[in-house]
Amino acid sequence: MTTAPLPELPGMPTARPSGRPFDPPEELAAVRPLARIPLAGGTPGWLVTGFAAARAVTSDPRFSTRSELQRLVLPRFGMPDRMPPAPPGMFLQADPPEHTRYRRLLTGRFTVRRMRMLTERVERTVAEHLDAMERAGGPADLVTAYAQPVPAMVICEILGVPAEDHARFNGAARTFNDPAATAEEMGRAWQELYAYLRDLVTAKRSAPTDDVLSELTDSDLTEEELVNVATLLLGAGLDTTANMIALGTFALLSHPDQLAVMRDDPEAVNGGVEELMRYLSIPHTGQRAALEDVELEGHVIKEGDTVALSLAAANRDPARFPDPDRLDLRRDAPGHLSFGHGVHQCLGQQLARVEMRAAFPALLRRFPDLRLAVPPEDVPLRERADIYGVERLPVTWGPEGAGR
Amino acid sequence: MRISADRDRCIGAGMCVLTAADLFDQDEEEGLVRVLEEAPAADREQDAHRAARLCPSGALAVTDDA
Ligand code: HEM
Ligand code: SF4
Repeated sequence: MTTAPLPELPGMPTARPSGRPFDPPEELAAVRPLARIPLAGGTPGWLVTGFAAARAVTSDPRFSTRSELQRLVLPRFGMPDRMPPAPPGMFLQADPPEHTRYRRLLTGRFTVRRMRMLTERVERTVAEHLDAMERAGGPADLVTAYAQPVPAMVICEILGVPAEDHARFNGAARTFNDPAATAEEMGRAWQELYAYLRDLVTAKRSAPTDDVLSELTDSDLTEEELVNVATLLLGAGLDTTANMIALGTFALLSHPDQLAVMRDDPEAVNGGVEELMRYLSIPHTGQRAALEDVELEGHVIKEGDTVALSLAAANRDPARFPDPDRLDLRRDAPGHLSFGHGVHQCLGQQLARVEMRAAFPALLRRFPDLRLAVPPEDVPLRERADIYGVERLPVTWGPEGAGR
Repeated sequence: MRISADRDRCIGAGMCVLTAADLFDQDEEEGLVRVLEEAPAADREQDAHRAARLCPSGALAVTDDA
């Protein structure tokens, strides 16, 4: 066991290097693969930035996702240093075998084949939103006109959430991912969403329809578990894909040669989406707690210690991806960590793939001269949000000056 | 080459199907892995290994015949 001292950072860095909104904070690359950082309350923690180390931690059952065992990496205002245990059904924060029970109930609904069967419906939703954009004319905010509504409609349809109810939970969903939201606002948003989904689950129980929530009322889940599973699915399915579509479009607009690949070469779409996922790594951080002493990169993570994972830094590890800071849609990039790794690897990843594979090429083919309507440095970034992305993406198309 | 899958470890992430749809499938009910070709042709070796490496739960094993 080496005792070489590890580099230490003053906290989890979140600021992007100036003029390079797609690159992770620069401090991260300097401390690969492992560093020390203080967590909420000043407790010393660990930060993993290497690809191999991040894979090792996420696939090791000696590391737990249970929230009550961890200290927060990015504390929010008004939050306690220690988190309470996640309620039953929030299986991202559960370890096997509890985790396995929930996950098994759902995997059959999210298989590669089932999600591909949705392709046509996703393409129709995409086309409807492009029609609306075209009718209204540019400029438009791509986030509200396209990136948010497409995944929202799709996940609602899968779960069985009536489209006309969007307004009731959209506010709550936004609060969850608002870095400026206080603990109190978060609590209130949570209760709102919970109350909404509880009513919905009750309705599905008495009048089942053809969707995931109705199917789950037929399982051995308690009412509380069912509502929490629904909250997790809705929460995880709304903002993630939306941020990928908006930030991904921003990245393509900033790399015109790569934009042309996505627009003009159908063969390159699938691999190109994986490369965008790798390059952008939108989940800011994952975290785990050591259930016992574990050796990692020659150091001992002590039982009870919290480990923060920078998926963005791991996905830019030159030991795994040559020339990692280059966006290259023709790169062979499967195995990136943007959907996580190990037993918690994203349940919705096949759905997200279907959505992105439809959304990027359709947008670029509909508006072949799509461009930013503001200077790139004026695009507001979500640097401290749990999921990285842009607040707004003003875009336009057609002849210069048209529609203004 | 032989492929085996441990369905107790599988979490239904689908990386195997995505990587080599001719070798793997997910069953309809649980979404867990099914090996379609337990002894595939030698030219499928690379993809078989790749699927095993990408599987997030370590459910797949590819062994040599020897
Ligand atoms: C591009 C879009 C998406 C990204 C980048 C993403 C990313 C992730 C990541 C990194 C994890 C693992 C977290 C960890 O290990 O700590 C995860 C888990 C999860 N994701 Fe996604 N996700 C996306 C889309 C979706 C969608 C559309 C759904 C809807 C069903 C979804 C549902 C989930 C669920 C339920 C989990 C928890 C899985 C478990 O604990 O077993 N995600 N996601
Ligand atoms: S990749 Fe692994 S976990 Fe995912 S379906 Fe295949 S065997 Fe199961």
